[in-house]
Amino acid sequence: MRVNFTVNGRPQEADDVWEGESLLYVLRERMGLPGSKNACEQGECGSCTVRLDGVPVCSCLVAAGQVEGREVVTVEGLAEFAKDRAEHGAGHGGCASGACGTSLDEAKKWQARPTQDSQTGEGVELSPIQQAFIDAGAVQCGFCTPGLLIAADELLERQSDPSDQDIREALSGNLCRCTGYEKILDAVRLAAARQGEAV
Amino acid sequence: MAQNTRTVPAGTPTNVTQNHAKGGIGESTLRPDGTLKVTGEFAYSSDMWHEDMLWGQTLRSTVAHAEIVSIDISEAVAMSGVYAVLTYDDLPSEVKNYGLEIQDTPVLAHGKVRHHGEPVALVAADHPETARRAAAKIKIEYRELPVVTDEASALAPDAPLIHEGRDDHHSGHVPHPNIVHRQPIIRGDVAAARERADVIVEGEYVFGMQDQAFLGPESGLAVPAEDGGVDLYVATQWLHSDLKQIAPVLGLPEEKVRMTLSGVGGAFGGREDISMQIHACLLALRTGKPVKIVYNRFESFFGHVHRHPAKLHYEHGATKDGKLTHLKARIVLDGGAYASASPAVVGNASSLGAGPYVIDDVEIEAVALYTNNPPCGAMRGFGAVQACFAYEAQMDKLAAKLGMDPVEFRRMNAMEQGTVMPTGQVVDSPAPVAELLRRVKARPMPPERQWETAGEGADVRALPGGLSNTTHGEGVVRGVGYAVGIKNVGFSEGFDDYSTARVVLQVINGEPVAMVHTAMAEVGQGGVTVHAQIARTELGVTQVTIHPADTQVGSAGSTSASRQTYMTGGAVKNTCEAVREKVLEIGRRKNGSYHPAWATAELLLEGGKVVTDGGEVLATLADILEGEQPIDLELEFRHRPTVPFDLVTGQGDGHVQYTFAAHRAVVEVDTELGLVKVIELATAQDVGKALNMLSVVGQIQGGTTQGLGVAVMEEIIVDPKTAKVRNPSFTDYLIPTILDTPTIPVDVLELADPNAPYGLRGLGEAPTLSSTPAVLAAIRNATGLELNKTPVRPEALTGTL
Repeated sequence: MRVNFTVNGRPQEADDVWEGESLLYVLRERMGLPGSKNACEQGECGSCTVRLDGVPVCSCLVAAGQVEGREVVTVEGLAEFAKDRAEHGAGHGGCASGACGTSLDEAKKWQARPTQDSQTGEGVELSPIQQAFIDAGAVQCGFCTPGLLIAADELLERQSDPSDQDIREALSGNLCRCTGYEKILDAVRLAAARQGEAV
Repeated sequence: MAQNTRTVPAGTPTNVTQNHAKGGIGESTLRPDGTLKVTGEFAYSSDMWHEDMLWGQTLRSTVAHAEIVSIDISEAVAMSGVYAVLTYDDLPSEVKNYGLEIQDTPVLAHGKVRHHGEPVALVAADHPETARRAAAKIKIEYRELPVVTDEASALAPDAPLIHEGRDDHHSGHVPHPNIVHRQPIIRGDVAAARERADVIVEGEYVFGMQDQAFLGPESGLAVPAEDGGVDLYVATQWLHSDLKQIAPVLGLPEEKVRMTLSGVGGAFGGREDISMQIHACLLALRTGKPVKIVYNRFESFFGHVHRHPAKLHYEHGATKDGKLTHLKARIVLDGGAYASASPAVVGNASSLGAGPYVIDDVEIEAVALYTNNPPCGAMRGFGAVQACFAYEAQMDKLAAKLGMDPVEFRRMNAMEQGTVMPTGQVVDSPAPVAELLRRVKARPMPPERQWETAGEGADVRALPGGLSNTTHGEGVVRGVGYAVGIKNVGFSEGFDDYSTARVVLQVINGEPVAMVHTAMAEVGQGGVTVHAQIARTELGVTQVTIHPADTQVGSAGSTSASRQTYMTGGAVKNTCEAVREKVLEIGRRKNGSYHPAWATAELLLEGGKVVTDGGEVLATLADILEGEQPIDLELEFRHRPTVPFDLVTGQGDGHVQYTFAAHRAVVEVDTELGLVKVIELATAQDVGKALNMLSVVGQIQGGTTQGLGVAVMEEIIVDPKTAKVRNPSFTDYLIPTILDTPTIPVDVLELADPNAPYGLRGLGEAPTLSSTPAVLAAIRNATGLELNKTPVRPEALTGTL
């Protein structure tokens, strides 16, 4: 079957989709977006978390056909999604209004940038939560990171100053095996604090 | 918020390079792969894609022990979209087995399967679902055999032999063919010492089967090459060990199997053994097309070895005034159907079986069994974990019997630098066991009754049971427990455990740039970060690039045994020092006549310049290297040699280095429902020298959490009648979530080990040892129950087993 949907603000279509394929498979194997991860494919680990019409879901539990005509945001589009939200306010709903992508003005200002560098963050614009994960040391093997970022970003969209209990509750569907979660908590606290300063 | 502390006590040996390089060692520099990982662009082994690639699928046995009567692949082969179906008969070379130490593991089962989930056939197809359906169409007829599941059934007079006609380097000395390896450790005179004991404590302890449960499933891509070889992109812990096992089975020389490390989603020991590597190569070579294999989570539970479940019998004695007199221990590890790392795990469990204590009279025996249970091998802590669980429970029992404080009792018996291990090996670097315990004990307690809110009612999220809303504090009791452990660092018992690093220094656009090329498996530990830090420190450059890990450079050894920063970090340091000598050689040749310091002074590389130890600048690196060939060196690095433990007495300097951590666990238990909430797991660990404190603390917290998991929830459950795995999923094999994990304050000591690079101490495993017994001790303290088995399930606390 053919499925038409929006991914990270861009209309996409997937052809020859077998009815049993998950959204996760379509993203990873048909769209070339492997950022959403395949750690359990049974909805237990949260590593494949994406936003579907704004709601965080395990994409492994969404049949590809279910996303017809809907909007998906993956970790690959998180920086742009967060930027758009910062410019247009929360609840803007990401890219529905076509505000995502590149405006003509922006395109005219385009310059080649050096390759990205974690040390300085130069060359790539990250969302606050992505930068906080790097700065706080919340990334080790990194396999759980994309799903956690989507979940944590959605939390901070809802709650600018979450308590530790709030953070734990919001991230309880995301397994991590490397970090012991402490630095992940640090990262969310850091992103919230920076957001507070920016306001 | 928990504060982490860092201490370098006065008067400690610090043979550490004083470095001032920006982004050099000692700084918490950020991961070079961090940006890629947070943007989803980092290429993990399951993300590989190749035009025209096929998907591989493994068919695994549905029974644990059986003869294979027949395999019928005709229906599978006939399916549209299927390119190949392979069984044992299709293996291309004389070599049909592999193994880390004993080559007893069939690539595909031949005539017999020995455990549930053993690979029997392979399929390649153009869609993963087609491959799965084709595999399901393969008909295998089994004739089931009786299963061996424990010591009694393994050593019974008529026990089936798991490996008939065994002929390996352990088969000559084991008392029974179903014992993989046996290691006694005998020192002093236990019988005489027992006479001096005022109290004797015995205990029987059971440690469940833990799984590494890394999040990135076994996966990779094999691409057939024009020269008849194959290029393999895979997640592993040791490229060269894989290569040694893969090439013979493919019938190819090692240079025709080119391996590149792809992104590794955690490892923890579970990627030391081969999983899909050979299978993918076989399918790729057979079909002439690239083949990708990705296990789903279910298969992953069958795709790697687990932590050995163990039964441990311990007897300790002590005098009235609290001195340990003797230890007699027997440790039985279940190795499952294939040897994997069992022999080395036996060596560890026995040699570290007395723990970090001074005990002069010791008799320890450790064995690993062959059974029809799932194969067990390496997992973080490697034999020392199971022992620590038992000896720490014993310490609490002894202290209770003597009416002493459990921490005080431990401190009275704690080993220190100069203590002689039961193996006769002298601990010749700092061993701050008492100090680590003192630190976790001195930490302020977390506040009581944190669920109480200023307003009405309780915040149930702070209670056992959480949002299930099962209690508002009634029936909830608090408990505190302590534990400390000892782990070795590096490969032991005479193993030639070297590591290689290649470093290239050249001038690019007028700036000196170093490239570090190793075969080190970056599994998340941060080796790539540390290598760049070391190069910056040693070469005084800012720009360092890390070459992808592959087999075009010499072996880096395994990312395991807490050894990788010590060994490959040591190799990078070593090679950088040789590169520095080359730079100075060229400098002397070019500039030696201009300044006498070239011949007389101690010269350093700092800030891109050659400087004297007095700080005088002699030349810039750019000037020296201008017009020269890049300096390109590849050198091996070795730690001090070790010897095998004597097979009768267990004596011998078998270990490279020892490492220590202590924990204090605070738990709250809902005694009505048997629900446990760990409130805090404070830890203190000596790391010798923290090359990157951010990474160090992250490692310690992660290791601590894996120990917590096995204490209260993690266990692979194997049916004792059929030897089948009953819970191969994240639905039924539970690992701690962020709700299960407490705050983990970390106290880091840095007492340099003069024998190690920068004085560092391997650190990845130690936190996994003492975490589990500390949690158990806290639950015992809260409930008054005996609790001698991991994991502690609710029914064990409510008497409803």
